Amino acid sequence: MSEFSLNINGEQRTVNVDSDTPLLWVIRDTLGYTGTKYGCGRGLCGACTIHLDGEATRSCVTPIDFVEDDIEITTIEGLSEDNPHPIQQAWLDGDVPQCGYCQSGQIMAASAFLTRNPNPNESDIDSAMKMNICRCGTYPQIKKAIFSAAGNKASGKESNNE
Amino acid sequence: MNRRDFIKVVSTTGSGLVLGFYLPYTNKLNGKPSVATLFEPNAWIKVQPDNIIQIMVGKSEMGQGVLTSLPMIIAEEMDLDWSKVVVEKAPANRKKYGWQMTGGSNSVSGGYNKLRQAGATAREMLVMAASEEWSVPISECKTNNGNVIHERTGRKLSYGDLAEKASQLKVPKKPTLKDKSDFSIIGQNMKRTDTLSKINGTAQFAMDVQLDGMVYATIVHSPVFGGKLKSFNKASVSDISGVIKIFEIESGLAIVAKNTWAALKAGKQIEIKWNEGEAVGLDDEKIRKQLLDANKEKGSVVRKEGNVKKAFKSSDNIIEAIYESPLQAHATMEPMNCTAYVQKDKCQVWAGTQDPNGARKIASKITGLSKKQVEVNVTFLGGGFGRRAFNDFVSEAVEISNEIKKPVKMIWTREEDMQHDFYRPPSLHVMKGAFDQNDNLTTWIHSIVAPSILFTQLIKIPFPFKEKIDFITLEGAKHLPYEIPNMQVDFQMIKTPIPLGWWRSVYNSQNAFANECFMDELAEKAGKDPVQFRLDLLPKSSQDAGVIKLVAEKSGWNDFRNDPTYQGISCHKSFGTWVAQVARVSIENNKVKVHEVFCAVDCGTIINPAIVKAQISSAIIYGLSATLKSKITLKNGRVNQSNFNDFEVIRMDESPKIHVHLTESDAPPKGVGEPGLPPIAPAVVNAVYAAIGKRIRQLPIKI
Repeated sequence: MSEFSLNINGEQRTVNVDSDTPLLWVIRDTLGYTGTKYGCGRGLCGACTIHLDGEATRSCVTPIDFVEDDIEITTIEGLSEDNPHPIQQAWLDGDVPQCGYCQSGQIMAASAFLTRNPNPNESDIDSAMKMNICRCGTYPQIKKAIFSAAGNKASGKESNNE
Repeated sequence: MNRRDFIKVVSTTGSGLVLGFYLPYTNKLNGKPSVATLFEPNAWIKVQPDNIIQIMVGKSEMGQGVLTSLPMIIAEEMDLDWSKVVVEKAPANRKKYGWQMTGGSNSVSGGYNKLRQAGATAREMLVMAASEEWSVPISECKTNNGNVIHERTGRKLSYGDLAEKASQLKVPKKPTLKDKSDFSIIGQNMKRTDTLSKINGTAQFAMDVQLDGMVYATIVHSPVFGGKLKSFNKASVSDISGVIKIFEIESGLAIVAKNTWAALKAGKQIEIKWNEGEAVGLDDEKIRKQLLDANKEKGSVVRKEGNVKKAFKSSDNIIEAIYESPLQAHATMEPMNCTAYVQKDKCQVWAGTQDPNGARKIASKITGLSKKQVEVNVTFLGGGFGRRAFNDFVSEAVEISNEIKKPVKMIWTREEDMQHDFYRPPSLHVMKGAFDQNDNLTTWIHSIVAPSILFTQLIKIPFPFKEKIDFITLEGAKHLPYEIPNMQVDFQMIKTPIPLGWWRSVYNSQNAFANECFMDELAEKAGKDPVQFRLDLLPKSSQDAGVIKLVAEKSGWNDFRNDPTYQGISCHKSFGTWVAQVARVSIENNKVKVHEVFCAVDCGTIINPAIVKAQISSAIIYGLSATLKSKITLKNGRVNQSNFNDFEVIRMDESPKIHVHLTESDAPPKGVGEPGLPPIAPAVVNAVYAAIGKRIRQLPIKI
């Protein structure tokens, strides 16, 4: 067991875990943020997606040892401080989730992607989101929500420019 | 049971109006409605004095939207303000909530009438309360958006204001149901009640339950089906810190640790010896041979019309084909898991289960506690698709907690989940058709050779069906809608040690694949367009013809020119719902790309069109995985696949554009969770034939 200091959802937290523990289990078991899900344990399905300094990362294959204490970890619980993030709002408006289990990961992947590429076309979305599996097959609804969130952002920009 | 006992006031003073009522769902196993001898309400409406309307639903939410669609039916008849409706998930309680098994696409279809009656009853009682309050005739009182209104005097009271008074009134025996033309909630795209919690991480799945003093466990199962633990070497995991206890349970080896990671690591590393079970040596070739051999035996005839033998003899235009379906895993996103806490005088369980009462029964049996002492909390289910109709994972968690007397969260790895599923059965379909001299189809034979899910599950008791006929295996085969003078459907059962289960749409998926691909072969042989060929064999006013015509029209079937994409059609009725699909595909680098799927659906009255469309689209994508990518194969009694790298499923870049068209209908609502699935494989396979002239008779498609 070793002590690690983590910056998660804006808070500095200290945990005592084995150094090979994937961040996923630290987040879920030790810190109690259960919105991040276990799906495959091998970085194949994306249910565990979180942000490390804003980059979408598979927490199930990221040992805590790799995470420096100044890296900002963001989980679904910390994506937005009060109101839903524009991506979450788009998910709400489109009633995207079915069983919902993969959706935290989908939302984290989509939000990181849109920050990188605010005006994506369909094939951009496909390549970014194909790493996240949804067995309920909500892909059409996810894609629509991403376009809609991108549209919101675009219109937001326009109004700023005016 | 007396009719008046269906609905009853169950409130105690001060809590407002609480109506309990009973929904007689059909027991899928014996086909009979579950009959209550006592008053056993399985759904509740609670009108609180603060104007919040609580609706408790005794069905499991696994994505299909029951926490929205069922309350919508009540809200419609009650004239509720949808924004004031709070939906609660009921815990397991057979006495209170009756048959809680969620499956067979029957939550809405099975509950519709009673939910309407319950809503109308509540509304009438609230109206009566207002009419007494104002001393005006009932006929002058109207309801709207959670209020009773007296138009003449402009008075208005909210349901909350009236709840207490209403609870003292007699329950009306024959509440008046609304005319469909007055519906304002049913048929609308009301927002799902569970979305917010599912986008902010607060929705609680069984995996997310946290208890004080909780420990974590995982299970290692025998890699060969039916195997039993022989021995294990504790020292082989002595370097892993945090392991608390390792011990044998009924289904394998349980490893308990201070945290999930330690348990998972130990599970992977521990040396175990197994007494390999009866499946040892079993592989795909052997299963296939078993199916082919069984086909040589005479099966049980389940449908017979005309004279099949004579028709074949007199025909010189005969066609025969064998279709094969492999094993499939459910691969729900949330691997099997359960949290349990067994104490001296009680047992608490948190499970994502489709069968809460079954879970309660199992926990009671394992702990020796009475069912009253067992509390099963049904969480959200991270996918069900039939897998969570089994409570094997509940049994394991309870067994572990019973041994260590601590709260335990038991989690399977994805690998265990994939290799210890209750799989969709493998099946063989021998199809034969014959034409007369004018190319009219005269004869149809469908011989199904397959194991029986029921037999596999009920192996400990005598096979409950006459002549080994399992009606579930015949779903979608026996009731072929096409009118052909000579028809025969028969079934030959094989036995297998492979654990089998209900997989979204069950045998409809295999039977539709065989039926509808063979229909395409027959159409070609007859030299007819596949749509026209089907329509010619169907009664003109049938719903089957209706959805085929609708999908042909919406997809522009007749005007479509093949190349660069190619089209295929299929049609299948399951769970009461007719579905026809047109798939448009292209072949790139020997891989099938499905570009677009058009779908026409007749599911009777539509409660929530957005949810219906989402379910149909969901089933298409789930079915597409099995059409193009996934299968379970065996080697030496073991499953070869272990995770999403070798059990590949459809991802976003492979997901087609889906257009769902719903038929307007006044008929009662039918199932929607599963019926979208069966037609997708044949629609795609038929389109592949249009593209490359190759008949695909085994899934997943390999070119």
